Amino acid sequence: MEDLTQRALDRARQAGASYADVRVVRRTTEEILVKNGHVEAVEAGESTGFGVRVVVDGAWGFASSRQVDADEMERVAELATRIARASALVQREEVDLAPVEPARGRFEMPCRKDPFEVPLEEKISLLLDADAALRREPRVTVSEARMAFFREEKTFASTEGAYLEQVKTESGAGVAATATESGEAQTRSYPAAFGGDFAAAGYEFIESLDLEQGAETAGQEAAALLDAPQCPSGVTDLILEGQQLALQIHESCGHPVELDRVFGTEASYAGTSFLTTDKLDTFQYGSDAVTLVADATIEGGLGSFAYDDEGVPAQRVPLVEEGIFRGYLSSRETAARIGRTSSGAMRADGWNRIPLIRMTNINLEPGDWSLDEMIEETQEGLLLSTNRSWSIDDKRLNFQFGTEAAWEIRNGRLGRLLKNPTYTGITYQFWRACDAVARREEWRVWGIPNCGKGEPCQVAHVGHGASAARFRGVRVGVMR
Amino acid sequence: MLGRHAALEIVYHAMELTKADQVQVSLVTSEEALTRFANSAIHQNVAERDAVLGIRAVIGKRVGYVASNATDSEGIRRLAERARAVTLAQEENPDFVSLPGPTRVPALDIWRERTASFTPDDRAQAVRVVVDTAGSWGAIASGAFSTWEREHAVVNSLGVEAYCASTGAMLSTVMSKEPGGFGYASALAQDVGAIDPSAVAHEAAMVCARSVSPRELAPGVYPVILKPYAVSELIAGLAWAGLGALSVQERRSFMNDRFGEQITGEKITLFDDGLDRAGLPVPFDAEGVAKQRVDLIVKGCANAVVYDSYTAHREGKQSTGHATGGSGVWGPYPQNLFLEPGDSDLDTMIRATERGVLITRFHYTNLVHPTKTVLTGMTRDGTFWIENGQIAYPVKNLRFTQSILDALASATAIGRERKLVDVGWACVPALKLERFEFSGTTEF
Repeated sequence: MEDLTQRALDRARQAGASYADVRVVRRTTEEILVKNGHVEAVEAGESTGFGVRVVVDGAWGFASSRQVDADEMERVAELATRIARASALVQREEVDLAPVEPARGRFEMPCRKDPFEVPLEEKISLLLDADAALRREPRVTVSEARMAFFREEKTFASTEGAYLEQVKTESGAGVAATATESGEAQTRSYPAAFGGDFAAAGYEFIESLDLEQGAETAGQEAAALLDAPQCPSGVTDLILEGQQLALQIHESCGHPVELDRVFGTEASYAGTSFLTTDKLDTFQYGSDAVTLVADATIEGGLGSFAYDDEGVPAQRVPLVEEGIFRGYLSSRETAARIGRTSSGAMRADGWNRIPLIRMTNINLEPGDWSLDEMIEETQEGLLLSTNRSWSIDDKRLNFQFGTEAAWEIRNGRLGRLLKNPTYTGITYQFWRACDAVARREEWRVWGIPNCGKGEPCQVAHVGHGASAARFRGVRVGVMR
Repeated sequence: MLGRHAALEIVYHAMELTKADQVQVSLVTSEEALTRFANSAIHQNVAERDAVLGIRAVIGKRVGYVASNATDSEGIRRLAERARAVTLAQEENPDFVSLPGPTRVPALDIWRERTASFTPDDRAQAVRVVVDTAGSWGAIASGAFSTWEREHAVVNSLGVEAYCASTGAMLSTVMSKEPGGFGYASALAQDVGAIDPSAVAHEAAMVCARSVSPRELAPGVYPVILKPYAVSELIAGLAWAGLGALSVQERRSFMNDRFGEQITGEKITLFDDGLDRAGLPVPFDAEGVAKQRVDLIVKGCANAVVYDSYTAHREGKQSTGHATGGSGVWGPYPQNLFLEPGDSDLDTMIRATERGVLITRFHYTNLVHPTKTVLTGMTRDGTFWIENGQIAYPVKNLRFTQSILDALASATAIGRERKLVDVGWACVPALKLERFEFSGTTEF
């Protein structure tokens, strides 16, 4: 492979590139969906190709192809340089890259039980059992149990001398029960909505989920939601369970700390960020209970890796320390602009996409409470579980989330189940109102395999470490 | 581009190698390029060449789907074997009846040489026009200019054979000017020559210049005038909330038990038509079935939803040509939506408004409650307060949380001109709605 990648790099240099890198990527996927007692779909996919990224005359160019051979490497490298020259026609500043030590090596992330080697029949059997458990509740009209597996084998080489091979396997699964009655449809999912929970791990992760047990509860709660009262409107204390908190972190911390957004390169699409560079080290992002890190080094996180797609090593980077805004997710180019080194967050969605700054594992560090203690010490409030909808403005300030279920809290005890809960706020006001975070024993890393960003759209697989947390005085019940 | 002959040769070869009772093979090839700019400079410029070969195999009532971007002989052979293996490993699906039979696929001329041969320099020149226009208004520009060329070929063992080549292009820009001014415009077309970068740039620049120094507006219920960009988000929201047969069959659609009933305003007629040249036409769906026009909502009455072969067979019907590809788990979906135009225009709507909000565009919309069609999202890139028939001043962005059907029920004016918008590939006019609920505000 190194001969091939060198052909691309040599051709790029000959064509005038001052810097070039090439990624050769092979992706393998498998998805299984069981629905209403039968196998609805089994899909298997493969995609292989390479992309060449160059700097010519201080401007970026990128081209890619599915045909991995020497001639195509040269054609694509040359096309990338032509594209870069076109970029230079509308250029303000030349690309400047923060330094990185060129690394070499091969890295394979832990995968104890290869999911692609587990017989399809075994996986289907597990899903059928979970699906049956969902339908033990007679008012469940749609039951779904899913599994998905993903493997990426990637080679990265650069004109600076880096040559890296990485292999990463991901596994995920989940169940969802939808109960319907009189024009009302209510869904409960386990362990998370939208396909379940995911990890950079093998089939052992699926076996650890206990889908069947989770399915039975999900079915019962979906039916109970049909009879539940509507979540009332008002301002109250809110406890978010870990899975919903993961998405809260994702939208209101993970995206606004992306330094490319801060510098405006996503302005026309996903937007910019309120966390401008003048706020670094001074802005009160949250209460002193709030410490957030970007950590690409934890085992099992969907956002973990050995090196990013610029050859920068995986790191643990402080974002918010005891409430104070401390750092960004960055690339070599954006880090240079603030006089820092890259935080190692450049990731591309496959061979045919350019790397962008993406979340790694964005984690809310655990506190010293337990969820039970939080509930006991809440006079009046709501406990919200499992994301259903999300929306946030284009500077990441005004957000609104909906969850599948809520429970009333009165005088330190859980009460009635409530349907259609929603809550809304302004990011920094919300995090400043955080006064309790659950402890390490209740903390886990959630996997989100569908984070969209960029044009052409790229989907990243990211992680969020979270336990439950409490927020005081939050507006709830937006939808009447 | 492989061309019709070479593309069909690949799919027929894959079909021949796949040992199953029924086989469907699809091939999508693509050449895509995109130039992205921000802070009035190009910062990303990309091109890709790809293909996806998909095989759907049926053995008894077992159905499997495999896909790969390898289309050489060895790749096809491996994929065909994998298709059989995946299918055999499955349980039977009692709801599956059959792949679709052949339909009469119309010939559409939807490939444009000018688009296919557009170069990186051509895109850069267009971006230069946008950036220079922004500069002349004291604004900075960001956005993207993309062009694409695709081929679709689908065959199945029941006699379906369909092939088409198409092109498309899109230019979009957001301009910004301190303090707090933003403006958006975009153009989408099959023929890149139909996109006028100067016109797109001027539309965005005028909105941007006018939206400088926005004031706060309290949340509440107001009349709104929505430009087509904003209308497309409501229409796409309806599609997600249940205009496909699968959502009706699973009883999670707002259309359930309401066919023939008035569900929204009489002025609202919504249809899907893959052959209408005002949109981005495409002659057939992912199963190779000819596109049919489907009248979804007629004068406010729930009329019909779209079908693929799987959902159609469940009801003893024919597919309407709305399959979405892969193994079809997402169900059929309307991909060429049209909202029937009216007899008004934006200026007339503004003149007829005593107090209200003019909205250019929505951001990050998401369904809060699908069966009630409750959607939330933010305004962005040009929001204005209207008073006494005139645009009075720009306002800071607002969050809405609103039932789409209830909002459309209050439509009092519909534009006569429609615009093709990338959100849902919808072709929609401007709308005036008398009641629209804003549930929150933000700081810009």
